[in-house]
Amino acid sequence: MIRLEPRKEVSKHLLYLTPVMAVAVTIALGLVMFAALGKNPFQAIYIIFYEPLTDLFTISEMIVKATPLILIGIGLSFGFRAGVWNIGAEGQFTFGALTGGAVALALYQVEGFWVLPLMCLAGILGGMAWAAIPAFLRTKFNANEILVTLMLTYVAVLLLSVLVHGPLKDPEGLNFPESRLFHGAATMPILIAETRAHIGFIVALLAVAVAWVVLSRHVFGYQVKVMGQSPKAAAYGGFVEKRVVWVSLMISGGLAGLAGTFEAAGPVGQLVPALPVGYGFTAIIVAFLGRLNPIGILLAGFVMALTYIGGEGAQISMNLPSAVTGVFQGMFLFTLLGIDVLARYRIRMVRRQPAEKGS
Amino acid sequence: MSEVPLLQLDGITKRFPGVVANDDVSFSIMPGEVHALLGENGAGKSTLVKMIYGVLHPDEGSMHFGGAPYAPAKPSEARAHGVGMVFQHFSLFDALTVADNVALGMNKEAVGANLDQQIIEVSEAYGLALDPTRYIGSLSVGERQRVEIIRCLLQNPRLLIMDEPTSVLTPQEVDILFETLRQLSAEGCSILYISHKLEEIRTLCDKATVLRGGKVVGSCDPRQETAKSLAEMMIGTTLTMAERKQATLGDARLVVKGLSSPSPDPFGVDIEDVSFSVRAGEILGIAGVAGNGQVELMEALSGEHPTPSDTVMIDGAAVGHLGPTGRRRLGMCAVPEERLGHGAVPDMSLWENVILSARTRKGIEQGGFLDLAKAQAYATDVVAQFNVKTAGIEHAAKSLSGGNLQKFIVGREIMQAPTVLIILQPTWGVDAAAAADIHRALQKLADEGSAILVISQDLDELMAISNNFAVIAEGRLSDVSPTGSLSIEEIGLLMGGVHGGEKSPAQAEAGA
Repeated sequence: MIRLEPRKEVSKHLLYLTPVMAVAVTIALGLVMFAALGKNPFQAIYIIFYEPLTDLFTISEMIVKATPLILIGIGLSFGFRAGVWNIGAEGQFTFGALTGGAVALALYQVEGFWVLPLMCLAGILGGMAWAAIPAFLRTKFNANEILVTLMLTYVAVLLLSVLVHGPLKDPEGLNFPESRLFHGAATMPILIAETRAHIGFIVALLAVAVAWVVLSRHVFGYQVKVMGQSPKAAAYGGFVEKRVVWVSLMISGGLAGLAGTFEAAGPVGQLVPALPVGYGFTAIIVAFLGRLNPIGILLAGFVMALTYIGGEGAQISMNLPSAVTGVFQGMFLFTLLGIDVLARYRIRMVRRQPAEKGS
Repeated sequence: MSEVPLLQLDGITKRFPGVVANDDVSFSIMPGEVHALLGENGAGKSTLVKMIYGVLHPDEGSMHFGGAPYAPAKPSEARAHGVGMVFQHFSLFDALTVADNVALGMNKEAVGANLDQQIIEVSEAYGLALDPTRYIGSLSVGERQRVEIIRCLLQNPRLLIMDEPTSVLTPQEVDILFETLRQLSAEGCSILYISHKLEEIRTLCDKATVLRGGKVVGSCDPRQETAKSLAEMMIGTTLTMAERKQATLGDARLVVKGLSSPSPDPFGVDIEDVSFSVRAGEILGIAGVAGNGQVELMEALSGEHPTPSDTVMIDGAAVGHLGPTGRRRLGMCAVPEERLGHGAVPDMSLWENVILSARTRKGIEQGGFLDLAKAQAYATDVVAQFNVKTAGIEHAAKSLSGGNLQKFIVGREIMQAPTVLIILQPTWGVDAAAAADIHRALQKLADEGSAILVISQDLDELMAISNNFAVIAEGRLSDVSPTGSLSIEEIGLLMGGVHGGEKSPAQAEAGA
């Protein structure tokens, strides 16, 4: 019989090591999976996990993918620490893209340095507004935010689709369900010439730095940690649960909305129904793979971006199905959760006691 | 002796990582004997009885039951041998009836067809009135304990283990329990009685085994000993008890007027129309049986459940509407009952835990930012001043023993120099030396002019340290009277909800 016994004090080193081990185990499982598919497993792993790092263009594409993942992951980490489970960042991302994009379209052809900041502000407010719905329902009626945030995702995606089929449709777009392409003042300045990597990445780095300071030095960071570990101690400390729910949902909604605006104004350049591609969901994995720690989220964002880019590479050069990326991302979360159990518990093999036969 | 002992322990040793909980423990219990297992918290009493009951297994040593080797792998085997145990913390479901709960805790074979009838028979035979169809949520703590006892008695035990059974009972309920135990003993059932209350052991038990630091340090006939000699055997040194000297009291610092606070928990207790005041230099003690509104009163006073503003006043300022942080700013600190998970965050280090309640008064928080160096310095101070035994302030709160963590939490509040201190169960589960330290610290704080409210179930403690005294029962507070002016019997009646001077709840309802 196998038994799990809690460890007395969980070693800090082990907690930092588990994500690394999760990546290693995922790669090992990947080898088995590719072998079962009849492909050369080592070539596949090489293409997915190494080849993208060898070329400036693929690195810049990783930055494009990592930017929204890091921004959203940072936002989610506050709520996840406090026990506020916003799993609908995808919806807040979409609604933020919609509000930010609507500003761009309303100011079509208007020049000015303030156009982009105004769009970003609209994106943040849009994401916050979308997250305010679960915050209100949870604090007022104790509605479960997991369900509300998840369901609102589909509402936001359909809303985007309705609007780009209707009012936001490009008048000269031959009736395709797309908005106009954003004009110059409404697009993200490029970070690395000849690539799609934009200055949103700098904002993401800034968010990492601010989050690190807030978590380690500010009373709000302390508050979310206490709230998540021990709600009664939080009440004793004078922290109000409703306020924490509101603030953490506003942070995650706002950053997701900003990431949505960046995506619309950056690599996509317009509003299209297919704008939400799952960054909001993948960012949940990023947040946990990064141990809800800002620096960890930065690294985890790149690991996840690698699976996107590498997965695409594997599709092209090895004819692998596109599901490869999703499978890898799922395996990351599973192995991480599995290995986490080992960090907190030790496995003991217990011999069945002969006396048990009697009962 | 000619008789075979019912239970014989030989060289029982149990190790946990880093500690030896029981070290070569040997003793025996004769049939029909009431045997006391005496020791401070952490002496290894619970570990030992858990091995007898099959929850834990000894690393070394052997046990014999009725002369035959005995090594229960799990509690159901121990029960099959005729060993029953009443735990200190009950394992009952509020939303199920007495009969359902009894059935849940028994071996399948033992549950008969007409359990209700069996429960009524046993409860009548032992003078433990209990209705099998009532829901646990509606029972008093004393009645809940009866459910646990009857569950054991239905299985015709040969050995009944009772872990600190009286900590939740009124003096009158204790008398009833002792009658039951004496009757059982007369019928030949042995009782292993775990306690650190010396007077009880002297009245009830035939024999006592004293544990200290996991080892047997003595064995005696408690009726031949004095409480003092037993205590010294238990603690190993001579004790200096805190003694309350007559203090000169100043102006009222904490005034509570008409405080009512409904409990958010459906099985909790509502605080109803509580009024009292505590003056500078005064220690007011509030006694009561567990679960009569102590936690709710403390949460209303500390600000965790705010009330209308003028129901609570600190130095004349109305604070009822403020949360804990606002009240701390005005000088009120509080120590809750639960150390882990309420007074401290278990997985956070000691220095992170000082931020929880001391960030305002100790200037750790400034403009929302935390001065970590200040928090670490304050934690270091608390550890030094209050003799907290820990390897360092980096260690998690949960790694400290109960007594040390309590000293840390009490120290964290007292060293903020509060003008009003609310403290619930200050020495619950704390060893005698730490308890004496905490009592002295409370008195020193009162001498410096603070007003202190101590809410405790330990009557001896309140008698020793408080100037004035009141009793809480069913969320209502009795009149305040000077400590020592009431007899134990009168206090017992108050604890049972009979309020002297005013109408009892039943009378009030009849009059309405």
